[in-house]
Amino acid sequence: MAEHTIHFEPDDRYHAFLTICKKPVHGTGVLAGIPVAVKDNISTQGIETTCASKILKGYIPPYDAHVVTKLKLAGAAIAGKTNMDEFGMGTTTENSGFGPTTNPHDTNRVPGGSSGGSAAAVASGMVPMALGTDTGGSIRCPAAFCGCVGLKPSYGRVSRYGLIAYANSLEQIGPMAQNVTDVSRLMQVIAGYDRRDTTSYDRPYTLIPDAHISGLKMGIPEEYFGAGVDPKVATVVQRAIAKLEALGATTVPCSIPSMEYALAAYYVICTSEASSNLARFDGVRYGLAADTKKSWHDAYREVRRAGFGTEVRRRIMLGTFALSSGYYGKYYAKAQIARENVRKDFARILSGVDVIVGPTMPTIAFKLGEKSDPLSMYLSDILTVPANLAGIPAISVPCGKVEGMPVGLQIMGRPFEDERVIDVAFAYEQAVST
Amino acid sequence: MTETGIIVGLEVHCQLDTKSKLFCGCSTDYRDDGPNTHVCPVCLGLPGTMPVINKRAIEYAMRVAKALNCTVIHESEFSRKNYFYPDLDKAYQITQYDKPLALGGYLEIESDEGGEKRVQLTRIHVEEDPGRLVHMGNPERGKYSLVDYNRAGIPLIEIVSEPDMRSAKEARKFLNKLRATLEYLSVFDSEKEGSLRVDANISIVGSERVEVKNISSYKGVEKALNFEVTRQKNLIRRGLKVERETRHFLEGRGITQSSRSKEQEHDYRYFPEPDLRPLHVQSWVKDIILPELPDARRERFVAQYTCSLNHARTLTGELRLANFFERVVAPDAALYTPAATWIADTLIGELNYRGMSIDTLDPGSFTSLLVLLATGTITDKSGIEVLRVMLDQRRDAQPCETPDAIVTRLNLKKTSGDSSALAAIIQEVIAENPKAVEDYHAGKNGAMNFLVGCAMKKTRGRSDPKELNREIAQALTNTEA
Repeated sequence: MAEHTIHFEPDDRYHAFLTICKKPVHGTGVLAGIPVAVKDNISTQGIETTCASKILKGYIPPYDAHVVTKLKLAGAAIAGKTNMDEFGMGTTTENSGFGPTTNPHDTNRVPGGSSGGSAAAVASGMVPMALGTDTGGSIRCPAAFCGCVGLKPSYGRVSRYGLIAYANSLEQIGPMAQNVTDVSRLMQVIAGYDRRDTTSYDRPYTLIPDAHISGLKMGIPEEYFGAGVDPKVATVVQRAIAKLEALGATTVPCSIPSMEYALAAYYVICTSEASSNLARFDGVRYGLAADTKKSWHDAYREVRRAGFGTEVRRRIMLGTFALSSGYYGKYYAKAQIARENVRKDFARILSGVDVIVGPTMPTIAFKLGEKSDPLSMYLSDILTVPANLAGIPAISVPCGKVEGMPVGLQIMGRPFEDERVIDVAFAYEQAVST
Repeated sequence: MTETGIIVGLEVHCQLDTKSKLFCGCSTDYRDDGPNTHVCPVCLGLPGTMPVINKRAIEYAMRVAKALNCTVIHESEFSRKNYFYPDLDKAYQITQYDKPLALGGYLEIESDEGGEKRVQLTRIHVEEDPGRLVHMGNPERGKYSLVDYNRAGIPLIEIVSEPDMRSAKEARKFLNKLRATLEYLSVFDSEKEGSLRVDANISIVGSERVEVKNISSYKGVEKALNFEVTRQKNLIRRGLKVERETRHFLEGRGITQSSRSKEQEHDYRYFPEPDLRPLHVQSWVKDIILPELPDARRERFVAQYTCSLNHARTLTGELRLANFFERVVAPDAALYTPAATWIADTLIGELNYRGMSIDTLDPGSFTSLLVLLATGTITDKSGIEVLRVMLDQRRDAQPCETPDAIVTRLNLKKTSGDSSALAAIIQEVIAENPKAVEDYHAGKNGAMNFLVGCAMKKTRGRSDPKELNREIAQALTNTEA
């Protein structure tokens, strides 16, 4: 395979990148020569991978994540590593250990998170496409806030091998791009079975998006337009739904009663898994180095205190508590029941409709520093978290603006019907661009 | 002897003898190689890596489950056991917790009263071995530790017994039987260093239970338990309470020591491993064909080779020994009994004395030795001498002579047939020991044995004691006359 290089020296005024590869090599294939940005929690051989955490400063993985291998095989050029909330823990990209990313539409606002760097890189035109990861909305939220397209694939559709785990049972790597067609192209490259991720399925993706949605049944859950959702955002989304109806789709009102517990369940599960996943960062083997003159107890404590940011430490503490003997049944086991209820609710609704449609985020992008209270930040995940709990595909596609800031339309589908949510997003995109 | 009121249960960790590790493709054959040479991103726990279950390891574990009469459960699951320790690269061990691979089952052992006894099993589960710390330096210059991840990810099974054993000896027998069974199943190699580790729970009826961790040899189990029995009985005798605690066995000193340090008081925060799907392997059980197991082989040895029960038990108690015996006797049915006797009563002791494995001795050479004995070419005493030379040569990696060559070189052929030389020796012995001769005539028991012993010394063991006995008696009768 002949290797070529491209020049990639963008003006990164939004601090979208943690690492920029100025002369990335690329091969031939469907993405030949296209610069693709990769979120910094996805392992790239020879390129520093930090999860935007000081504790991984200097860590250069000796191997490529499965998706990175697939990108390279498709001829793509790895343009750089994008900023994020540390380990994916946040909704604003303000929790980066290396400074926040700003929103290209208004630099006083956050780009959303945690894949804020990837969204800003795409929305500002620095790259046509990027990889993000979505644990509770981390692709869809920044896509909505920055006005680009982002897909959280069905759980198991894309290999997680090489993704530095935050919450294994919830997260997926997914494509982000300026339009649905590019999201689809990127999805085609990264989807499919990988024997190194035994939770992945042999469901390759080969769709060419089709805008014909006549006869499509859309469920409109009341919870997605209820309390906490900005009425101006709701109005924009209602208008987008009307557009889809004009294309021949019909709407069915529905309700997801389990959503009452979805957010609580989500935060118990993700923090529990995170407390275990992040325990390996001890300064012994890579990243920030432990002081070898100290006892291992002291060295671990010091490295972890110095290396992890506040939000990460908060979530590790929460998860450690939730898994503790005597509390497991009260929190983790209960959260799994709530999760099962969410899954059942979605299965029930999706047996009667083809997709579920609503806003991606309850508001437009926050001002920098606005969500200083962690609980109010957690609450903003309410509309994205259910798809992760249910393992279903969900896409966010731009559908208008409020106060000059982009609003995202979220389309969720049945497990492994990623093609259908892409088609619906494509239909909308085509309808508004003509 | 069964000691009254002692209750023992064991948790036995055995390394499964697979070619690759439990969750990655790294080789398990690390013992002769440098540190951190059998590692990859997965077993180093590098960020982003994920485990993939080694199907062979699960098959091996299921073979054990079937042989031990356990029930493989419909859905089992891997869990994370979370704790910090520098040898644990992910800071959690992937193990099985509330949904182990198999439940129940039993192992039959010879009880202290003789007869068979069933030790019930609680469960069998599969887990990964952590890495290994090597402690360096000394207290004056400052100590430090190095870590070797070659062992990280080696598949282990943990076999948990019910508290069904009533003495340290029974615990030892349980382990021996378990070892034999695992070896017969070709899933375990007891000769690999560190391939077995045992935690023992022991209590005296009416007192608290003590867990002794870190026992890494078969003999160690009996030693540790005997130490604990004495310690706990002494406490009770002095009117003190046995505390419920975890103790560590210090192999070198043969004692147990309380492990009070904080890091021992773990809350492991188990939860299901989200990177692995649950296992549904129950249907494999019917396809597992078990080989002949120790009990069946023992019975066959009694029936086929007319071994005594004790010899059969000893010979079949280790796979290598049983195989060795069968190869030795293959050429000649006349060797059944001498082979059993020589292997069980002599060879094992000589091997243990030298710390050698039976594998170092080829069955063919041993057959030749037995033939020399069976044909009366050499005496039993010379036989031992030849055997010792054979073993020493193998231990010291010297050129190995055949038994015949050793006999010739050391001039060990039996002296019978050379009656004039023997007669001369007997005359010497009689002349040198007038007191014994007098005692013999006085009818004192033992005098003859003494004289035979003297003659044996002079012939350097080459004579047949029975023949000497006869010849000396004849010579003394003549003297008397």
